[in-house]
Amino acid sequence: MSGVRVENLVKQWGDFRAVDGVSFKALEGTLTVLLGPSGCGKSTILRLIAGLEFAESGKVFIDDQDVSTSDPAKRSVSMVFQSYALFPHLDVRENIIFGLKVRKVPSAERVARLQSAAEMVGLDKLLSRKPAQLSGGQRQRVALARAIVANQPVCLMDEPLSNLDAKLRAEMREEIHRLQRSLNLTMIYVTHDQTEAMSMADQIVLLKDGRIAQIGAPAELYDSPSSVFAAQFLGTPPMNVLSKKSVEGLCKTTKSVDFLGIRPEKIQLSDNGIPMIVDAIDYMGAETVLRLLYQDQRLIVRIDGKTQVSIGESVSVNWDPIDCHGFDINGNRICDSY
Amino acid sequence: MRSASPGMRHIYGWLLLTPAAILLIAFTHYPTIATFIDSFFSKSSAIRPSRFIGFSNYDAMLEDPIFWKVLFNNLWFALGTIPTSIAIAISMALLVNRSLPGQGFLRMAYFTPTILPMIAVANIWLFFYTPQIGLIDQILQGIGFSGHNWLGDPNTVLGAVIVMTVWKEAGFFMIFYLAALQHLPKELEEAAKLEGSSRWYFFWRVTFPLLMPTTLFVLINAVLNSFKLVDHLFVLTKGGPDNASNLLLYYIYENAFSYFDPNYASTLTVVLLALLAIIALLQFFLLDRRIHYR
Ligand SMILES: Nc1ncnc2c1ncn2[C@@H]1O[C@H](COP(=O)(O)OP(=O)(O)O)[C@@H](O)[C@H]1O
Ligand SMILES: [Mg+2]
Repeated sequence: MSGVRVENLVKQWGDFRAVDGVSFKALEGTLTVLLGPSGCGKSTILRLIAGLEFAESGKVFIDDQDVSTSDPAKRSVSMVFQSYALFPHLDVRENIIFGLKVRKVPSAERVARLQSAAEMVGLDKLLSRKPAQLSGGQRQRVALARAIVANQPVCLMDEPLSNLDAKLRAEMREEIHRLQRSLNLTMIYVTHDQTEAMSMADQIVLLKDGRIAQIGAPAELYDSPSSVFAAQFLGTPPMNVLSKKSVEGLCKTTKSVDFLGIRPEKIQLSDNGIPMIVDAIDYMGAETVLRLLYQDQRLIVRIDGKTQVSIGESVSVNWDPIDCHGFDINGNRICDSY
Repeated sequence: MRSASPGMRHIYGWLLLTPAAILLIAFTHYPTIATFIDSFFSKSSAIRPSRFIGFSNYDAMLEDPIFWKVLFNNLWFALGTIPTSIAIAISMALLVNRSLPGQGFLRMAYFTPTILPMIAVANIWLFFYTPQIGLIDQILQGIGFSGHNWLGDPNTVLGAVIVMTVWKEAGFFMIFYLAALQHLPKELEEAAKLEGSSRWYFFWRVTFPLLMPTTLFVLINAVLNSFKLVDHLFVLTKGGPDNASNLLLYYIYENAFSYFDPNYASTLTVVLLALLAIIALLQFFLLDRRIHYR
């Protein structure tokens, strides 16, 4: 079982704890996404798993072996860097087989593995180009091919798509996901983009300030966020979180909640509801995002298609109490909130 | 300027160019051409004025055993200083590029020889090499060897000058390598490390090729320096003994200002310029196409 398990990882720079007691398990052949805002320690965790950094305390297990102190080359991992880390003076072919040469793989096998990896990512026609002669997407593919050709069961990716434009990003996202499944890789994928996380992950590890905020499948995190942070990090536009003051009027609560969350798509415009003023309208084609004002609170509503209302008008909104999420004063979820 | 006619624009252009052009012509182009012309004239004396003698100076040069000696000295000097100082420069740069305690101090220490005036450097080394009381001899005598007159022995004098030059140049070249190393992305080494590449392998496969533009630059500088060395010889050896440490430029200097033969000095200068031009072209055409520029 070539899964990855980390236990209580702590990494410190001076007094600053970049990673603070992180534990999770990535099962064999699954895709785990480390998600969180910039600076929350995602890359550091990945580098600890790869062995490019060493933890102050905690353990890393790969394939049930404790590799916490092993050499990076002996951990059976491959890695794709955010900057791709291609060797600029070597052509695509040499870049891809760099590791095979280091590991002294016989040349016949090298050629075969190069061929199949290059075909898998669609680079077979570009093997003698230098990285400078490739587009961003093609460079990304070289980095992928280099990881594939290594034949390692565990693949680590650090924001591999962040240097690509939006269209290419969606395309490569699918491609990486396809490769991960067809090669049955155990993949740990770092990103700050919740769309990437939601669409690819079998499991999301949501991080904040070096600690785990929540672990679970995308739907779990979306449907029952454990905190206001998780609630607002996933989903675009983010969940509405209203403070207690306005809660009284908006939801018939039985428990004492301090914050009330409601996803923008769970709110309907209706004839009998709470009256609000339309502050802004973002028309996106398939949907429209309305920004509403209610006293000093802001509320985002997502509705299908176009709307007839215009800015400054008053609309009434309504929602099913079952779609409400309750949070306490510290932003933690109160399970049975209505 | 917006309203200036095309004619006026021309004049402005020339006016702006003139100061630079005058300096360039007066101090570079004219002397070069004058030197070239002088090399075809005989030495003037009180009784005979200088006259055109064709290639006679060049014939005399080919017959001149000292010319051949200084030319080969120069070759040995270049071969002795350039590869060694580049190798030391790269090693020092790799060493101080890592995060070590006292890194700043180390960098400065390596660079110090470069900022010292040439004459001061020569004086320091004169003290090192002095027989009996010099640093090297004192150490040798301390561990039971006999002393040696390093600068007085034709067999060791060129080596002594080479060692001093390497000491001075390595720190200077290190700065360029250090700057280049700091531009290499750290991920390249990490990516290689994940594949199990040793430092040695990574250096030869990645670092060294990526440092080639710097190496070409340093190489050109080093070659020029090896032909430009005069001041150290002036202090240390005066080219002796028996021209054992004499180099081409110092020999030119001797001809012009000690033997008062500016025409022969011009001849030698033309040869020096031709040599430098050939070397520069070779470096560009042979090395340049094999270098990866980012
Ligand atoms: N080598 C380092 N030295 C000091 N601080 C570091 C170093 N690497 C990362 N950090 C700090 O650790 C925190 C987490 O960094 P990182 O793991 O790169 O975040 P992320 O990848 O989530 O954006 C950041 O605040 C960063 O400044
Ligand atoms: Mg990062």
